[in-house]
Amino acid sequence: MIKRILSGSYLGILLLMLYAPILIIIIFSFTEAKVLGNWTGFSLKLYASIFHGGVHHSLTNALWNTLIIGLIAAAASTVLGTMAAIGIYNLMPRSQKAMQMVNTIPILNPDIITAISLFLLFVSLGISQGYTTVILAHITFCTPYVVLSVLPRLRRMNPNLYEAALDLGATPFLAVRKILLPELKPGMISGFILAFTLSIDDFVVTLFTIGNEGLETLSTYIYADARKGGLTPELRPLSAIIFILVLVLLLVINQRAAKKKL
Amino acid sequence: MQRKVLTFLGRRRNWTIPYVLFLAFFVLVPMALIVFYAFTNAEGSFTFANIQKFWIHPEAMNTFLYSVVVALITTFLCILIGYPAAYILSKMEARRAKLLVILFILPMWINFLIRTLATVALFDFFKIPLGEGALLFGMVYNFLPFMIYPIYNILQKTDQSLIEAAQDLGANPRQVFLKTVFPLSIPGIASGIIMVFMPVISTFAIAELLTINNIKLFGTTLQENIYNGTWNYGAALSLLMLLLIGLTAMLNRGGNSKAAEEGNLI
Repeated sequence: MIKRILSGSYLGILLLMLYAPILIIIIFSFTEAKVLGNWTGFSLKLYASIFHGGVHHSLTNALWNTLIIGLIAAAASTVLGTMAAIGIYNLMPRSQKAMQMVNTIPILNPDIITAISLFLLFVSLGISQGYTTVILAHITFCTPYVVLSVLPRLRRMNPNLYEAALDLGATPFLAVRKILLPELKPGMISGFILAFTLSIDDFVVTLFTIGNEGLETLSTYIYADARKGGLTPELRPLSAIIFILVLVLLLVINQRAAKKKL
Repeated sequence: MQRKVLTFLGRRRNWTIPYVLFLAFFVLVPMALIVFYAFTNAEGSFTFANIQKFWIHPEAMNTFLYSVVVALITTFLCILIGYPAAYILSKMEARRAKLLVILFILPMWINFLIRTLATVALFDFFKIPLGEGALLFGMVYNFLPFMIYPIYNILQKTDQSLIEAAQDLGANPRQVFLKTVFPLSIPGIASGIIMVFMPVISTFAIAELLTINNIKLFGTTLQENIYNGTWNYGAALSLLMLLLIGLTAMLNRGGNSKAAEEGNLI
């Protein structure tokens, strides 16, 4: 009994520490003060001003860029990664091992190495940096994770199903569409979600590949903000909203997964 | 002709080709470029000058060593704090544990710069001075979930019959933990180390914010060199990071696939 209380309170304290800064952001999203930590009375003005744009046009712009880059990068890496996983699964064992090793390089590389190496690539080819280079860079570090979430589904699948479809006269494409893809779908979905979150959360790689044409994503916007000395107050309600959305989403997914098991 | 194309695509192993080309162009060539830039000067001719600069101007080297120490301490603290948490979680009833794991991962969805600035506000509120202590706290705070998750994952998958066997053979709880549970969880710790150690060395922004620009880590040094246009020296310094990655990867042989698996945070 004592053991349970002790272990429970250990987790409790850890969670409290992890959430303290987030609570601060949420609490101070309900006041107008410019500096985080000053309380100047309850107000919903910051929430209203995110949706009215205008004054903070650049913030909403950065948010859109982040979402669009995230969606394109996630979609592209899901397609590329799923194809690669199907290919890798059908390789000879030795080349399969080699491919899996190369696939982990972008995962093991700290993001600053990925960032610098891609920066040097674009610079030495004389490619001007902007939307395209950011998306290509994001596909580079997202695809390995898609491959890793699709491969286990392939391994778990009955390999005879695909062959049976071919024997029964399906063309390879029909067999892929009707047999393979439905089996791989859960892996593809979790790969897509993972790629999307990695992309919208990325800062370093984006900073090095975004160029200086004035394109901003949320993280480069916040970085520029922080260097100037303070956060745009509207970032507080924005973070609070994102946090609550993700919290609700994850709880719903968890609930549904639990129900399915019962 | 069309038939040939179709049979080519029909071989599913050929589906690897687009990704192989992509990896070659966006991963291998760029990494080779780091090596190329490290051994050339601004005009593009071969030189060792960038490497010699490590000794002639040791500031960057000092930052590197300092960052390695900070990363070692952070990693150690993350294991020390994270392991018990992962262990407790793995002993819980599955549904509750899952919910708590989600709660541990959730803060990562808030941009880390915003979280760091909020930590600064928290320290200001409690009148805690910013500095080395704040830096370590901020690092552990940022990277702890990356340590808890892989350890939890492997502890939870541990074969219970092995533990029961140890108990049946007369091991006391301490022995069961030290001789059975802990050794089996080492791959989880290894992937946690990969997820924490290297990223800490190369973070920038966090250190500056938490120490009011008093301490800089190696990531900042790299970024400054690239931004100031001294790409060749920046590349030479990146080479140090690449060597370190090679080293950790070698130490973790076999742990690699596990490290990758934990990427599945969802």
